[in-house]
Amino acid sequence: MPRSRFQKQSPEASQSEPVKEAESVVQLRDPAPEVPLPQPLSPEAEILARAQAGDHHAFAHLYSLHKRRIYSLCLRMVGNVAEAEDLTQEAFLQLHRKIATFRGDSAFSTWLHRLSINVVLMHLRKKGLPLMSLDEAMEPSYDDGPGRSFGAPDLSLTGSIDRLALERAVAALPAGYRLIFVLHDVEGFEHNEIAAMLDCSVGNSKSQLHKARLKLRDALRISLRKGGRR
Amino acid sequence: MTVDPKSMSCQEFQEQMSDLIGSGADLQDHPHLQGCDLCRALLNDLETIAEAARQLFPIQQPEEDLWERIESAIKQEDGSAIPE
Repeated sequence: MPRSRFQKQSPEASQSEPVKEAESVVQLRDPAPEVPLPQPLSPEAEILARAQAGDHHAFAHLYSLHKRRIYSLCLRMVGNVAEAEDLTQEAFLQLHRKIATFRGDSAFSTWLHRLSINVVLMHLRKKGLPLMSLDEAMEPSYDDGPGRSFGAPDLSLTGSIDRLALERAVAALPAGYRLIFVLHDVEGFEHNEIAAMLDCSVGNSKSQLHKARLKLRDALRISLRKGGRR
Repeated sequence: MTVDPKSMSCQEFQEQMSDLIGSGADLQDHPHLQGCDLCRALLNDLETIAEAARQLFPIQQPEEDLWERIESAIKQEDGSAIPE
């Protein structure tokens, strides 16, 4: 049976790794003076290295460091607590399977972020959600042409958006619009990155974002009218 | 074909809006907005929404027992005991 990545390595086990021994011998025999000495790892890098080596406690530590950000990302993307928890679980399971492949080409948090977004996208695709054609497929009557959502220009949202109203409005968006809005406006991805993630054109991503913002504007204005001006 | 900004209709201006919001361009000086209060109001609202999204969304905390679920799933995948 293969050794679990969670089992701690015994000193005996590390001694039985001739490759590492050989590497250390080479370093001792050829201490090239112009090569800078290795920098000590930061605490998080050390935790990451330990987790990559199969240390379960280090992996648990990584979870505690990143759980809020990943859960919040999932929650914004799907708008549902139970689904967001399931997706957070799946993201960390994927992380556990793939952590040894992380090579440090980007920051670990960025890598984990993208891995988690992929988990959510896979989930949405499995649900049969057409990620980029919702405006036509789900809302054939939606019309964002000029004048459609203008209303009175004096009912401005400036300075009047509160967190709860915005959260509610985002949660109520059709899934495809919410996805683009969260990826671009909340998570800060560029349209070319979103287009690559969702396999669509940059123009399509821009157009969907614009429609998402228009829908949010409508929802927020309705909320503002109901609540009265503050 | 490029449309002259001075003679743009609301529709033409709005088609460019999704490109321009967040691009760093100062749309407030756009010639179309000098004479169109409706598009100006729309632009202000959309910029407010984009800005609010960046600032207002809080980081949320998952349920405490989520780690236990993850740990249990990892244990099942590994088929081995997790050290205490």
